[in-house]
Amino acid sequence: MQTETQVAAKDMTVEKAKWIYTKMQEIRQFETAVHDIFAKGEIPGFVHLYAGEEAVAVGVCAHLTDDDSITSTHRGHGHCIAKGCDLNGMMAEIYGRATGLCKGKGGSMHIADVSKGMLGANGIVGAGLPLAIGAGLTAKVKKTKNVAVCFFGDGASNHGTFHEAVNMAAIWKLPVVFVCENNGFGEASTFDYAAAADQIADFAKVYKIAGETVDGKDLPAVYEAAAKAVARARKGEGPTILECMTYRDFGHFEGDTQSYKDKEAQKKAITEDDAIVRFQDYLKKQKILTGQDIKKIDDAVKASIDEAIRFSEESPFPDAKEVTTDVYVSY
Amino acid sequence: MAVKMSYSEAINDAIRLAMRKDDDVILIGEDVAGGAEVDHLQDEGAWGGVFGVTKGIVEEFGRDRVIDTPIAESGYMGAAVSAAATGLRPISELMFNDFIGSCLDEVMNQAAKFHYMFGGKAKVPLTIRTIDGAGFNAAAQHSQSLYALFTHIPGIKVVIPSNPYDMKGLLLSAIFDDDPVIVFEDKTLYGMKGEVGEGFYTIPFGKAEIKRAGKDLTIVGLGKQVYTALKAADQLAKKGFEAEVIDPRTLSPLDEDTIINSVKKTGRLIIVDEAYPRCSAATDIAAIVGDKAFDYLDAPIKRVTAPHAPVPFSPPLEKLYMPTPQKIIDAFSVMVGNKVFSAV
Ligand SMILES: Cc1ncc(C[n+]2csc(CCOP(=O)(O)OP(=O)(O)O)c2C)c(N)n1
Ligand SMILES: [Mg+2]
Repeated sequence: MQTETQVAAKDMTVEKAKWIYTKMQEIRQFETAVHDIFAKGEIPGFVHLYAGEEAVAVGVCAHLTDDDSITSTHRGHGHCIAKGCDLNGMMAEIYGRATGLCKGKGGSMHIADVSKGMLGANGIVGAGLPLAIGAGLTAKVKKTKNVAVCFFGDGASNHGTFHEAVNMAAIWKLPVVFVCENNGFGEASTFDYAAAADQIADFAKVYKIAGETVDGKDLPAVYEAAAKAVARARKGEGPTILECMTYRDFGHFEGDTQSYKDKEAQKKAITEDDAIVRFQDYLKKQKILTGQDIKKIDDAVKASIDEAIRFSEESPFPDAKEVTTDVYVSY
Repeated sequence: MAVKMSYSEAINDAIRLAMRKDDDVILIGEDVAGGAEVDHLQDEGAWGGVFGVTKGIVEEFGRDRVIDTPIAESGYMGAAVSAAATGLRPISELMFNDFIGSCLDEVMNQAAKFHYMFGGKAKVPLTIRTIDGAGFNAAAQHSQSLYALFTHIPGIKVVIPSNPYDMKGLLLSAIFDDDPVIVFEDKTLYGMKGEVGEGFYTIPFGKAEIKRAGKDLTIVGLGKQVYTALKAADQLAKKGFEAEVIDPRTLSPLDEDTIINSVKKTGRLIIVDEAYPRCSAATDIAAIVGDKAFDYLDAPIKRVTAPHAPVPFSPPLEKLYMPTPQKIIDAFSVMVGNKVFSAV
């Protein structure tokens, strides 16, 4: 595992660093706001929060354009934000409003924006893996040079779809990056219990593709590893498994008592090891941003999250006819 | 003696009774205990299932018989099928019925077919417990009611308990049945309290329950929709029409006689089902009655179901999506040739 944080990330411009920090803050503040609103009973359904894992989504999506695709998971808000989904549209979706990115029909677990290459959060564990290689197949057949990224959990690596998808991506040399968010848990089961392998990236060896495990709390580390993996895919050199060791700050879903977590480890993860705190330190040490610059970004993000909530609360619910629209394109 | 228990507690109770009675009964699935190999949770477990339904069972029976699995439905469901064929009596939990896509082969082509394909020489005494039901704002991939999918398949029995008493007796029947059985637990019923028999009892499959007698209309309500049917019946009674409400309790086998005998008496049938309407249990029941009791019908059979669309997330849309007492009354008013009831 790579733990050296305080080296300058190669090719990260000041503009990029600002974008990255803003996106990380957006995810953190969005999730914290959703956590609070859910606790007040104002949003229904199942909600899985991404807070703590920001460096993974943002560090990877920093290398993608709107033409590149990502597939996501039940814990999809972070991927959506990192891929450029509109905050108002996302929040309104979680509120079930007509102005939501999916007209309120999908909710937290199904936020998508195909125009941004975001192929949807997903309620089915393991479903994103084959979907990602499909996007890779499109890129290969159409020779577009686009890349597909699959975000998936450590728990999903135990699902058959992981092995089917990685094998096919390998034999067809598809432009895919499999980004494993290894947060140590699948629901209330630990990775150590549920997986025989020590690391998910170890599977790269048997499938004869590139693989790497990085500290997923370390933005520059994720950023650099993702740069290599995405470049490899774009050049037609095949897929990579990029495993990012991370932590989910909240429960599996909102309402989870988290009895299975080690309290010391949790404390460390959300304080000294926090991805945002560490990236702030990095930005200051590298003299990319000052404390004041950071504060400015934080405040601007807060305003945008407040606006997303206001927008959602004021948005109408979908029209009754929407119950049966969009089932087919034509019928 | 009866005791008050929730639907969820009735499941927990049935599983414990079965596991006490027979060492071959095991419970297997994702987080059915939770916290496997976490020191302080080794005995007590963590979640006990995503809704806490199986909480505490690991404490009584230990981790050899209460087995947390990786997220590998095809793997552990297949294992449960052949564990059943080789001497165990597994209760395998498929967390949400919507996840059946990950293990349909194991259920449809393996569990359901062994007995037939092997000339009656293999048995698969497997119970699959799974969660269904809309009305929880859980969106399109966590809200379906897929019992028709399994009713379609010969070789597996299908159980849809609507209350704690039935749940306990039907689940115990399922566990000790020598065929594969899938039991649907409606997530919105978990908290429902009711009288449950104390100790071990079973309810036979293929025996519907008449929840309310009536002479003017038969309403068959599937799963929790039996309550929608009962509410409609109350409102119709105020207008002078007596509806008979039937809970079939199992879809495969289906108690055709109770439904047909009721229709012979009432001449009218409405089936209430929150599942999709095409090739559904409601459609199946309509076809059976059309086939076997056509001459007794005074009006076309009506189905009050979900539309042919996935379950929407947005709460107001999901409300519109579901059957309601008013939709049943509207259907009845069409059947009797006037619309006066729509204002009930
Ligand atoms: C096919 C399927 N099985 C089970 C579930 C229930 N489930 C939802 S999330 C989850 C845990 C996923 O763990 P992991 O892949 O590590 O992702 P994380 O939640 O840690 O981000 C489970 C078991 C599901 N949604 N789909
Ligand atoms: Mg995980």
